[in-house]
Amino acid sequence: MELSGWGRYPRHSSNVVSPGSPRELAMLQRHIPTYVARGNGRSYGDAGIGAGVTLDMRRFDRMKGFDETSGLLTVEAGVLLADLIDRFLPRGFFPAVVPGTRFVTIGGMIAADVHGKNHHWVGGFGDHVEALKLMFPSGQTVRCSRDENSDLFKATIGGMGLTGTIVEATIRLIKVETGWMGQNTVRAENILSAVQLLTANEGASYAVAWVDCLSKGNALGRSLVYLGEHVSLDALQERKPGAPIYPNTRGRGIAVPLDAPGFLLNRHSIRAFNALRYARARTKDELVTWQSYFFPLDGLDQWNRLYGRRGFLQYQFVLPHQTASRVLPEIMGEIATSGNPSFLAVLKTLGKGGGQLSFPMPGVTLALDFPISDSIFSLLDRLDRLVVEGGGRLYLAKDARQRPETFEAGYPNLSIFRQQRRAIGAEGRLASMLSKRIAV
Amino acid sequence: MTTQPGTALIIGGTSDIGRSTALVYAEHGWKVILTARNDEEGLREVNHLLTASQAKAELCHLDILDTESFGPFINSLDTLPNTVVCVVGMLPTQSRAVADTAYASLSLRTNFEGPAILLGMLADRFEKRGTGTIVGVSSVAGNRGRASNYVYGSAKAGLTAFLSGLRGRLWHSGVRVVTVMPGFVRTRMTDGMKLSPFLTAEPDEVAEAIYEAAELRHRDIIYVRRSWRLVMGVIAAMPEGVFKRVKF
Ligand SMILES: Cc1cc2nc3c(=O)[nH]c(=O)nc-3n(C[C@H](O)[C@H](O)[C@H](O)COP(=O)(O)OP(=O)(O)OC[C@H]3O[C@@H](n4cnc5c(N)ncnc54)[C@H](O)[C@@H]3O)c2cc1C
Ligand SMILES: NC(=O)c1ccc[n+]([C@@H]2O[C@H](COP(=O)([O-])OP(=O)(O)OC[C@H]3O[C@@H](n4cnc5c(N)ncnc54)[C@H](OP(=O)(O)O)[C@@H]3O)[C@@H](O)[C@H]2O)c1
Repeated sequence: MELSGWGRYPRHSSNVVSPGSPRELAMLQRHIPTYVARGNGRSYGDAGIGAGVTLDMRRFDRMKGFDETSGLLTVEAGVLLADLIDRFLPRGFFPAVVPGTRFVTIGGMIAADVHGKNHHWVGGFGDHVEALKLMFPSGQTVRCSRDENSDLFKATIGGMGLTGTIVEATIRLIKVETGWMGQNTVRAENILSAVQLLTANEGASYAVAWVDCLSKGNALGRSLVYLGEHVSLDALQERKPGAPIYPNTRGRGIAVPLDAPGFLLNRHSIRAFNALRYARARTKDELVTWQSYFFPLDGLDQWNRLYGRRGFLQYQFVLPHQTASRVLPEIMGEIATSGNPSFLAVLKTLGKGGGQLSFPMPGVTLALDFPISDSIFSLLDRLDRLVVEGGGRLYLAKDARQRPETFEAGYPNLSIFRQQRRAIGAEGRLASMLSKRIAV
Repeated sequence: MTTQPGTALIIGGTSDIGRSTALVYAEHGWKVILTARNDEEGLREVNHLLTASQAKAELCHLDILDTESFGPFINSLDTLPNTVVCVVGMLPTQSRAVADTAYASLSLRTNFEGPAILLGMLADRFEKRGTGTIVGVSSVAGNRGRASNYVYGSAKAGLTAFLSGLRGRLWHSGVRVVTVMPGFVRTRMTDGMKLSPFLTAEPDEVAEAIYEAAELRHRDIIYVRRSWRLVMGVIAAMPEGVFKRVKF
């Protein structure tokens, strides 16, 4: 069957099997020559497409146990973040780290060591994993944690499914008093002032900037910086008396029913949208629901169809602080002059990564969306060179096209990671289209 | 007409429809007892219920083919449940069921004999107590035997008739009997089949419909997707001379 990631590019054919129990999973793994696990397919490129077979993990969707006092929750790897929040937010618990969509699986979040808008402060999702159960190609299952099989644990956090199939994980949830967020919006004149604002506000629990990539000159990369805090019960009752403490958790949003014509998201429509958004932004402090703060895009189901049949690329890089102020404006300049429009551009600061192949490093990350076009690939090749030269790297969960050299240059722990793979018999057995493309 | 939360016994706790139903009862504050023949899989479901819903939940071992064990099983329950929902079933491959008598017998017993005997025994206890609700998950396949699945269909027809008779016997004793016709449902049972989206329900939808019919609206027979009533109306109206020639 033809499979793709969220960007719908590239598409590859792969045999999909959906095991229903650990026993069935072990049996399948022993018999299938090469495969990789897949969660909910929310990585953008080819990470979740098996070279040969793809093991769909979504039937591993049972929760196993929860301890109120420690906040430790054990779940199977195919549990959706959305279901976890549905069940635990009304009890006053929230995941310590969430990505920009809640339609991801716990296994997928660990495999990509996803970062939230609070990485500078709490680390990645992997930093809140206490322990995991990992299944090797032989069908053997091992437990790993920071104390037990710790090297394998660090290889698996951010390891993109290439060190074994995560079957189960124990993660730590944080306590929240309400499902509301206090949001402060601050305008930044250009990309560098956005970076400054983000670093100056590292005391905020959550911080993210939305960047306008089509503005030019002095306004190159003008941004809106959103700072967020969980709202206490007292503050909610004072500011929104009578509001539900945990606003609506169910519901999937409105669906985009068909592929939009490819021209819908073009330079002009995006420029108009950006200008409107920037002009309308209010700087005052407001209370918004957890959904609209963390997952604004989830309100529109299958929004990836807006990019038309050809799909789109997501390009996310990180640059260390030392080079970011020099290289970021260069990158923004390249994009603006190339005329390739990016509808979404999101800027965050990151701290140290927790796993051997984790994407984060102390620095600044920018994520961009580009519709597939003839000129986009050469633009991104040029950007790759700037990123590598600046000591940065690209996020594997978003990648669909980087070359092995770019990958090797960005991930210095690659050789230890390869050793781990050899040690558990993963070489040649565990492979995704991503791992083949970038020669992991 | 809402019922106070009580105890629900789900026969077939590892089925996709059964586990959705268990979760709906649990979310309404009921205590849930699940049965499974595979204890490892049963434990997964009970742990999920306990973790996801904070309800009380227990697991009991039960094989629907082992009719001898039904008496001891019922006696082992701490309290007699308020509601029992039986979802156990098996969809055989028709061609194999025609050729292999042991296989045909397995399907007949799993879909009819086991559920009917177990529900009959629970009905007697409920009748003595004077309250209780019995929910049997049957199938539209039992409404009329079709060439392509009559081994399954005839067993479900037996179950439907059994439930109908039971309802008649018990209606004045305070015990209610609900027959559920799910139509197509996207579950393990129908995995890989091409099903019309209009006629196919999700397991949660069936679970909600069961809860509503059994505990809120007190219905006798439900078709989860209303469109099925129409389809089955047309099928019932066909003269046998025509029906036997139709291939479906
Ligand atoms: C709208 C949107 C916003 C996003 N925002 C962010 C963000 O803010 N921060 C961020 O970090 N990411 C973000 N992402 C990316 C997303 O969080 C990651 O790609 C995540 O890995 C997707 O999880 P999934 O379950 O869909 O996994 P898939 O996409 O199916 O798989 C991703 C990787 O995980 C592996 N994997 C999946 N399940 C298992 C398992 N059980 N065992 C072993 N390996 C497994 C796969 O092999 C693959 O390599 C965003 C994605 C979208 C679509
Ligand atoms: N899916 C549909 O389209 C559809 C349509 C109409 C009616 N139905 C009916 O709905 C009910 C539930 O089906 P489903 O779709 O949820 O399918 P399912 O997931 O395959 O469930 C079947 C259940 O029956 C259990 N079972 C089979 N033999 C058993 C035995 N000897 N002892 C104990 N348990 C046994 C299975 O247990 P194991 O897990 O151990 O195998 C499983 O829990 C069935 O009665 C089915 O006929 C389904």
